[in-house]
Amino acid sequence: MDYFPYLRKEKLPHIWCSGCGDGIALKCIIRAIHNKGLDKNKIAMVSGIGCSSRTPGYVDFNTLHTTHGRAIPFATGLKMARPELTVFVVTGDGDATAIGGNHLIHAARRNIDLKVLLYNNHIYGMTGGQVSPCTPMGDYATTAPYGCLENSFDIAGLTVAAGASFVARSTVYHVKALEKLIEKAIDKEGFSLIEIMSPCPTSYGKINKKGANKNLVLAQKTQSVPVNKAKDMSPEDLKGKIVTGILADRDIPEYIKNYDMLTSQKK
Amino acid sequence: MGSRTYMMQGNLAVAEAAIDANCRFFAGYPITPSSEVAEHLSKRLPQVGGRFIQMEDEIAAMGAVIGASLGGVKSLTATSGPGYSLKQENIGYAYLTEVPVVIVNVMRGGPSTGLPTLPSQSDVMQAMWGTHGDHTAIALSPASVGESYDMTIRAFNLSEKFRMPVTLLLDEIIGHVYEKVSLPDPKDLHIVNRKKPTCPPDKYLPYAEDESLIPPMASFGDGYRYHVTGLVHDETGFPTNNPETIDKMLRRLHRKLDPYMSEIIEVEERETENAEIGIVTYGSSARASSSAMRAAREAGIKVGMLRLKTIWPFPTEAIFKFGQRVKSIIVPELNLGQIAHEVEQAIKGTVKVHKVNRINGEPFHPDEILNKIKECK
Repeated sequence: MDYFPYLRKEKLPHIWCSGCGDGIALKCIIRAIHNKGLDKNKIAMVSGIGCSSRTPGYVDFNTLHTTHGRAIPFATGLKMARPELTVFVVTGDGDATAIGGNHLIHAARRNIDLKVLLYNNHIYGMTGGQVSPCTPMGDYATTAPYGCLENSFDIAGLTVAAGASFVARSTVYHVKALEKLIEKAIDKEGFSLIEIMSPCPTSYGKINKKGANKNLVLAQKTQSVPVNKAKDMSPEDLKGKIVTGILADRDIPEYIKNYDMLTSQKK
Repeated sequence: MGSRTYMMQGNLAVAEAAIDANCRFFAGYPITPSSEVAEHLSKRLPQVGGRFIQMEDEIAAMGAVIGASLGGVKSLTATSGPGYSLKQENIGYAYLTEVPVVIVNVMRGGPSTGLPTLPSQSDVMQAMWGTHGDHTAIALSPASVGESYDMTIRAFNLSEKFRMPVTLLLDEIIGHVYEKVSLPDPKDLHIVNRKKPTCPPDKYLPYAEDESLIPPMASFGDGYRYHVTGLVHDETGFPTNNPETIDKMLRRLHRKLDPYMSEIIEVEERETENAEIGIVTYGSSARASSSAMRAAREAGIKVGMLRLKTIWPFPTEAIFKFGQRVKSIIVPELNLGQIAHEVEQAIKGTVKVHKVNRINGEPFHPDEILNKIKECK
């Protein structure tokens, strides 16, 4: 397929480092949008701050690069003003689960129809490699010189618990699966989140001595366990693994549809 | 249309005016003493085809109204001091990205949680300098319920015309006092809507400078696919590190109201003709000042009053002229002199400025202003 109709060609090359997964994720997003035949004028892509959040600058949609952590609130207002738009939120583990954590769980609880594509790279990449809520315990970061002392968020699990319609996890190694999951999120009415494991060789890989850039992506192949297989594995066996696939796919009333229905009954 | 005469509080007048100004989206978070605005709009907006949402916090509410405005829908949020502080980063975003929104701040005592149920005028400086960076600002200050309605309409009009956030500074007294008001027929109102691009989408430059200094604004979803960012951007909307471009963009933001000052700045002059002592005041403090002025006039003291309806941009010229005519100026306000300092700057030392301040949660008694008038005589 031709990717250029979806890209702002003059804004390339992108800022992402060699070996970063964010460009691969973008390719999957574009493929899914293309496969679904969405009208570019009716797509909005909203982001916060960080490496992932630079994505909207490269795509030829209605694009909104907001403040740190706040992409979901901006997207909520936009979606409520223009429900006919397909609204994507592109965010990262720091943006969406630290500074923006409250917005993530509340948007999932409301089940408003936003398609959240969350790139989890275990680190604050843009600011130079500080520890994030998703840095694995014991791993190093510029602000974790003794190793990360905190537990990590299970982002997908958190979003399932908060009440989202559709939650999935995949990696940038599994491009075909990721593309299909994004298509499913586009089809789904309600809050959708895909946690996309996207390695950061520069800020995370180097300090944790992960070797060549490609190693981090290749490691995703061996670390990944499909959700069906994972359910029969013990917590010890699942340590260090990435459980991939659809973690929730439920029919829950979508917030705006429900709002319009209930308020029209009780005028 | 039938009579629209009501006994109504200021917060309700704001909410009804928002409906009449064609505001169709509200996002907020509960906070005293502004919550009646949200409560009323939660009921009213669906009745007129709008939508309401109570967000998870103040920051989210500010983000949501900016998002909705980018979708082309006029949007309102309401808050008080602590919430206004929380919103400031996103208010700065709206300045830089030039997105029209209206923020109602029903002021209560501060700092911090302060005095949630008690009146204050402690946020007048926050309304100008609350967010980081250089920008211009508009803040309006009503002194009655009827004026709360009128100024809400005006706040939307100014925000739409100048593509920027506008703050309506009520205080707890104006927000909660009940007064008789006769609201106009909405079809008689002068309603301003943002200028939209007329060029083909591929020629659209969302931040191009023209002689108006206010670029046309396309709504998301209308075929003009463009980029909006809180990074300093060029005329295409994309980030730039070019010093010349940065300088040009930020200076335009800073001066974009300059050609329109006479249209934006409104003051009310009362008995200023032969005044020897001048009162400069605003909001609920103007009500006590008005009583004090009447009592002073009855006692034969020639007092006049200049009431600031527009707080920002600051009515420097009107105050300077007033200062030329009187022997001294008294500035009553429910803070420790936030506006008095600006008044001193405006009159350039030509007359002495006397402050009357109260920060204990009580409104002014006219006598304390009258006493100051007598001292100055």
